[in-house]
Amino acid sequence: MTTAMRHKAAQKTGVDQFLTFLRVVLSFFIITGLVMFVLQQINPDNPIAARINPDATGLTADQFEGLVISGLSQGAMYGLIALGYSMVYGVLGFINFAHGEVFMVGAMTGMIVSNKLDEAGAWESNFLLSLLFIIVVAIVCSTATAVIMERVAYRPLRGAPRLIPLITSIGVSFLIQNISVVLLGPGAKSYPTLPDWLADKRSILFFEIEGTKIMVLVVAAISMAGLWFLVERTKTGKAMRAVAEDKEIASLMGIDVNKTIVTTFAVGGAMAGVAGILWGILFRSVIHTTGFLPGIKAFSAAVVGGIGNLGGAMAGGLSLGSAESLAPLMVLEPWGIGGVSQLKDAVAFLVLIFVLLVRPTGLFGERLSSEDRA
Amino acid sequence: MTDRNGATPLLEMRGINTHYGAVHILKDVELAIYPGELVCLLGGNASGKSTTLKTLLGMVTPTTGDVVLDGEVVNGKPTSYLVERGVTMVPENRRLFKRLSVKENLELGAYLRTDRDGIQRDLERVYSMFPRVYERLSQKSGTLSGGEQQMVAMGRALMSNPRVLLMDEPSMGLAPALVQTNFELIEQIHQEGVAIFMVEQNANMALSIADRGWVLQTGRVVLDDTADALMANPELRASYLGEA
Repeated sequence: MTTAMRHKAAQKTGVDQFLTFLRVVLSFFIITGLVMFVLQQINPDNPIAARINPDATGLTADQFEGLVISGLSQGAMYGLIALGYSMVYGVLGFINFAHGEVFMVGAMTGMIVSNKLDEAGAWESNFLLSLLFIIVVAIVCSTATAVIMERVAYRPLRGAPRLIPLITSIGVSFLIQNISVVLLGPGAKSYPTLPDWLADKRSILFFEIEGTKIMVLVVAAISMAGLWFLVERTKTGKAMRAVAEDKEIASLMGIDVNKTIVTTFAVGGAMAGVAGILWGILFRSVIHTTGFLPGIKAFSAAVVGGIGNLGGAMAGGLSLGSAESLAPLMVLEPWGIGGVSQLKDAVAFLVLIFVLLVRPTGLFGERLSSEDRA
Repeated sequence: MTDRNGATPLLEMRGINTHYGAVHILKDVELAIYPGELVCLLGGNASGKSTTLKTLLGMVTPTTGDVVLDGEVVNGKPTSYLVERGVTMVPENRRLFKRLSVKENLELGAYLRTDRDGIQRDLERVYSMFPRVYERLSQKSGTLSGGEQQMVAMGRALMSNPRVLLMDEPSMGLAPALVQTNFELIEQIHQEGVAIFMVEQNANMALSIADRGWVLQTGRVVLDDTADALMANPELRASYLGEA
């Protein structure tokens, strides 16, 4: 390196300064918001809190608890979807933007099958079994969608620059949405009513949690544990990790790289299928565009956690879900911003921007050391 | 070609021509590797050494000519077919799976095998050959030193229980002391009865341990002789051993 180059590297450019400015401003905004929130919680009449936003009401313990739980249960759902983004990125190095649609297919098939079960009376009389059944059906359909997608749209582009499958994935996304409109019509469709006993609150440790949310968290936890076992403890998982790191050497080991890529899509699809059912249980309504927003948020979650890292995808999902549920009231409201509960989506993406500013590799992303690159 | 009293070669290239698009890489290459021998292919940059290895492993399909394993033509068969039948390679620069543990790297070497007892026996053989590797089993292989990584790379290749081990530039990018260790490891593996086909730029080093060798120049085999004869060959000394 010449002296001139070293000089240039040490010098901060305008962009660097701008980024530092953004980091400082955003950190200040968040920390101050939180401090004001805490002050307000300690004493609602304290002059600082009252002066900045006299309308702010603060949170009761029950409300706080409710927000945490609903944040976590939605976050778990994002995490499940995020796994698919992260796994495909790990193996093929591109973002499969049609993955949100794989999730939507899961939610749609769950809706169709659960309504059929409801007509037959099984939904009411044997809810848990029915739930298990729709989860299995959703897994099958989502997995099939993901696998067909890989075979038809991405495999022919295997050697192409990464931008090309990425753009293709946006096209695939529209295609699947439109197929859904053609087959099922454009309107929103609803899941059958959940049994009353499910909605009851149950106390677990110090929390009073709605049964629905317990169920969502339990299903998500089981799925994630299953995935972890598959990836870390089985031969297939070892092959997946090997292919993600070095395809040429993986095939030298005798691993069938194409088959492993299909497996990766299938497993990601299965997780999205489970997430689709969780969506159905949480919101009970599904439409052909259902996949879009959760898909983009799950993608953000994958990036927040460190793309390509499975633990990161789960953690990213949970933190994004919690942030979008808590931040409006804990950070935005103390600043006197109105209509905060409708800013949930904006908050999710602000979290993404903030994490990228502060830690560009994501929470658990590993930076390649200089030796790795050699 | 050196005649081996009628013994069947383990792995052969018969009149191989390979093209990358319009570029003619390998030209009428004839090679034969016999069981249990240590041979080397010498050549400078862009002489077609890596392509030779890739062709042998089925990663590149030759335009004409045959790759023959145990008398069977294996052109167009996937790499896994050759690996299953006892051909494997230690790639240039080791290429370990850095985010995977040492143990997992070794297990991946045995990916196609189903004989649990045999795998366990080979794992123990690798441990006894490289005690340092045994101490590092649960570490991520990317955290190992260069020398240790080399041992894992060799161990990983041995885990497929190969009959012939292809070595791509074992001296490439290593400190001189490591090159020495590396060649000692190669000899050690060779003594276990594994045939070794080594591709090298470092002719001195390679010929000092090899039985015989070939010299590849712009895709053509220009010399084919015993290691001693090649060492003494003035042409080779001029072009590869740096003596004008």
